[in-house]
Amino acid sequence: MCVTCGCSDEANPTFTHLAAHTAAATPTHSHVLPDGQVITHSHTQETRQQTHEQHHPSSHAALETAPPPHHPERKQSLQSTALEINVLAKNDLIAAQNRGWFEGRNVLALNLVSSPGAGKTTLLTRTISDLQDRLQFSVIEGDQATAHDAERIRATGCDVVQVNTGTGCHLEAAMIQRGIRSLNPTANSVLMIENVGNLVCPALFDLGERAKVAILSVTEGDDKPIKYPHMFRASSLMLLNKVDLLPYVNFDVDRCIAYARQVNPDIEVFLVSATSGEGLDHWYGWLLETVAAP
Amino acid sequence: MHELAITQTIIDTVAQQANGVPVRRVVLEIGQLAAILPDSIQFCFDVCARDTPLEGATLDIIEIPGRGRCRHCGHEMSLEMPYGICDLCDSLAIDIIAGQDLVIKTMETVLCV
Repeated sequence: MCVTCGCSDEANPTFTHLAAHTAAATPTHSHVLPDGQVITHSHTQETRQQTHEQHHPSSHAALETAPPPHHPERKQSLQSTALEINVLAKNDLIAAQNRGWFEGRNVLALNLVSSPGAGKTTLLTRTISDLQDRLQFSVIEGDQATAHDAERIRATGCDVVQVNTGTGCHLEAAMIQRGIRSLNPTANSVLMIENVGNLVCPALFDLGERAKVAILSVTEGDDKPIKYPHMFRASSLMLLNKVDLLPYVNFDVDRCIAYARQVNPDIEVFLVSATSGEGLDHWYGWLLETVAAP
Repeated sequence: MHELAITQTIIDTVAQQANGVPVRRVVLEIGQLAAILPDSIQFCFDVCARDTPLEGATLDIIEIPGRGRCRHCGHEMSLEMPYGICDLCDSLAIDIIAGQDLVIKTMETVLCV
């Protein structure tokens, strides 16, 4: 039984009290309701009683018929307003605008996601160099700091915008919106968006891309698809990069692909090496086909 | 640590809705498949609420369990991860139907009389 408010936590052994039950630190705790919902909350002196009555009446109805004696009377009149606001809606709206912009011009926008060091920029410069006679490219580079990657892209002759996110760990749709205003990609071209190297946060933020392309290198763990399921679930394609290094590393390709398909049965997988060029034809074929078939 | 940015968005959104009136409580629904840590949001909330109408407000988080539906046989199941296997037909093609959202449900403001 919770000593702060008297709610029972005997039904589920995983209940955690996150903060010490002192007046100074706002006490926080979790319960599981009969329908499986988990509620984590804290109680201020004013709202403690009301919180419980409004918030999980079903868990308390059976346990207590009157408020525990240590709950003081409410001092202020409060008004509850239903909001029902999706927190990511603002980003999703801008992403939808971007998507419409791309569709209207048949621009294939791809969101390249990976851990730091998987070889996104090398793969990108190689792809642009090899295909620049057949496809027109523009690039939005996302990094926390520096324009190093953008300089590497510009060396290929490709138009590029660098977005430095500062403390941010991902690109957001509004950054892409600013990027495309400045780049103004031509019709039937490819816009490569190189996201910040991070397999967690970029999965949450739709940029308006046609597809997310996850890049995983064989110098990483072969279980990354299942360790970071949100990202591999959200990606249409996985490029397994640096396969020229397979003889020197302990990486099980079949196991990696099996994990990726467990998380996302529809994911396409190509084995490539941006350095040796091995397998890049499959990736190029996919790009050319996808641009041609909007 | 996208939770800090997300918490900031929550505070900004609620503060805008409250229109200067002090907020005492916010109820937030976080899907268990949303890749957002309730503990981190709770941790960031007090810090982000400083010097806003939400300062000192209570944050209640309701976690919504993940649910999926099999694309082949239509069977529905609970999901702890953003993927799963159908209990009936062993298919891996599971569409997520609940537990991915992040919604500000209600706010409680001090009533002006």
